[in-house]
Amino acid sequence: MTPYMLCMGTIWQREIVRFVRQRSRIIGAFGQPVLFWLLLGSGFGRNFRYAGGGGEGYLEYFYPGIIAMVVLFTAIFSTFAVVDDRKARFLQGVLAAPVPRSAIVLGQVMGGATLALLQGVLLLIATPLAGVPLTLEAALASVMVMGLIGFALTALGLLLAWRIESTQGFHSIMNLLLIPLWLLSGAVFPVAGAHPLIGLVMQVNPLTYGVAALRRTLYLSAPDAVANLPGLWLSVLVMIAFGGVCFSLAVRTAERSEG
Amino acid sequence: MSELSPSPALEVQGVTHRYGSRIALKDVRFEVSEGEIFALLGPNGGGKTTLFRIITTLMRPTAGDAQVFGHSVRDAPQAVRRKIGVVFQQPGLDPKLTVFENMIHHGRLHGLLGSTLRNAADALLAQFGISDRKKDYVETLSGGLQRRVELAKALLPRPEILFLDEPSTGLDPGARIDFRNELKRLRSETNTTVVLTTHFIEEADHADRVGVIHEGDLVAIGAPDALKKEVGGEVLTIEAGDPESLRAKLEEMFSCEVRSVDGSLRAEMRDAHAAIPKIAEAFPGEVRSITLGKPTLEDVFINETGKRFVDADEDLPEAHKS
Repeated sequence: MTPYMLCMGTIWQREIVRFVRQRSRIIGAFGQPVLFWLLLGSGFGRNFRYAGGGGEGYLEYFYPGIIAMVVLFTAIFSTFAVVDDRKARFLQGVLAAPVPRSAIVLGQVMGGATLALLQGVLLLIATPLAGVPLTLEAALASVMVMGLIGFALTALGLLLAWRIESTQGFHSIMNLLLIPLWLLSGAVFPVAGAHPLIGLVMQVNPLTYGVAALRRTLYLSAPDAVANLPGLWLSVLVMIAFGGVCFSLAVRTAERSEG
Repeated sequence: MSELSPSPALEVQGVTHRYGSRIALKDVRFEVSEGEIFALLGPNGGGKTTLFRIITTLMRPTAGDAQVFGHSVRDAPQAVRRKIGVVFQQPGLDPKLTVFENMIHHGRLHGLLGSTLRNAADALLAQFGISDRKKDYVETLSGGLQRRVELAKALLPRPEILFLDEPSTGLDPGARIDFRNELKRLRSETNTTVVLTTHFIEEADHADRVGVIHEGDLVAIGAPDALKKEVGGEVLTIEAGDPESLRAKLEEMFSCEVRSVDGSLRAEMRDAHAAIPKIAEAFPGEVRSITLGKPTLEDVFINETGKRFVDADEDLPEAHKS
């Protein structure tokens, strides 16, 4: 194993071990979105019909959006850990070790993406409850998309976390940037029925393509239900590009960091 | 540096550092030889931590350079990182991982793996007497034990030079002595160079050489004994009922400077022991006690800076101020 892989691997492993040992993080990243889904989904329930939303109820429409939220929250929580590491000065020791900064960031991103993916998989179990007609292929493809979204969002979170001094600072970034990113991604309401200006923002929001990719893979066996969304390959490519850009910017930020 | 002589373990070459308009270090230069235990002594806020972050490659100096075994922290930080072991002032352990997991994590960052790594980690934990805590979470260990784990961790990649930032802070006196003995043993067994920062005078006293740093300047450097000899003479410490009036009388009597330090009087003079009976006879009611001592590193500091050795007003470590 090369030193690069070894370094990336050990950071990756640590992210996961820490997550498992901090039960509050599991509850925060998983419990809250599920609660949202059940409350909002059944609350809106039959009262709402969306233009272009197909014939499904809100519980069903909101379901992929909630998977995206779980992935987003998990990514945010893992980037919190980086802010904490810096505050606790753990990161100093890592930065003074002879390892490329890109290996450190890659380990952190892979850790966040893995956790996001695992939580997403857990949520897939609720598919029958949501009324989504899931097949095995659809499940596998969805898991891959979840990993991709997890990678991109963790990289975005890290890009911010490596600059921010305090968790409070990160909270405001989260509320002002990351949550709106999710709200305007088609996760909560479709582009088609939105105000034109909001619709425009949604079309340039990279996460819109992540959520679209997720909907397309979940409905792999019933493509008619998602016919008015961006195509699967376009969506996947946009997410790959977005993840790549965030990752390289995060590495550049880490290279300038003094711990 | 001559081509023939080997590179010193550490060579600080005119390092200057500014945080905005505030100057933290002013053209600091010194060398540390291989196998030496070197202490950077100074009050907090004097620039030690800034210098520490520069020589451990975490921060680039505004001007100047430092070389570790001939590798520049400015141009070849990765090469420097392969030579150094670092123990920061703030704990660098993950409290949510066990002692052993912390060791393994650190070893892998330095390219170690498998049984080589596990054996090396076990050997170091045994050497520091913490094998029995191997499977405990770091957060359950006392401050002194955590320090030992930190030191064991830093030694895992077998560094040629060990940098320690304020290693005694937070340790009780017993743990402090243990820690110091560990460093001496390490030096005698593996010839590891040790560079530490401290604001404890007695800790600097145990180093081979001391650099005294004050307000960003290196004001004195040398072996503790040699530095104290430069102060010269002996030091009298006098406790008195009314120190201020006695101070004036003593200055007149011996025509030398008598300082009032924390309610007691201090005077440096050539034949201080001969002055004791004179003072006792001349001011029988006023003197409570007279102590005769050799100059300490604190006297060196007072001599070089004209100020008492006290920590500058500083709420945050300098690193946060950039």
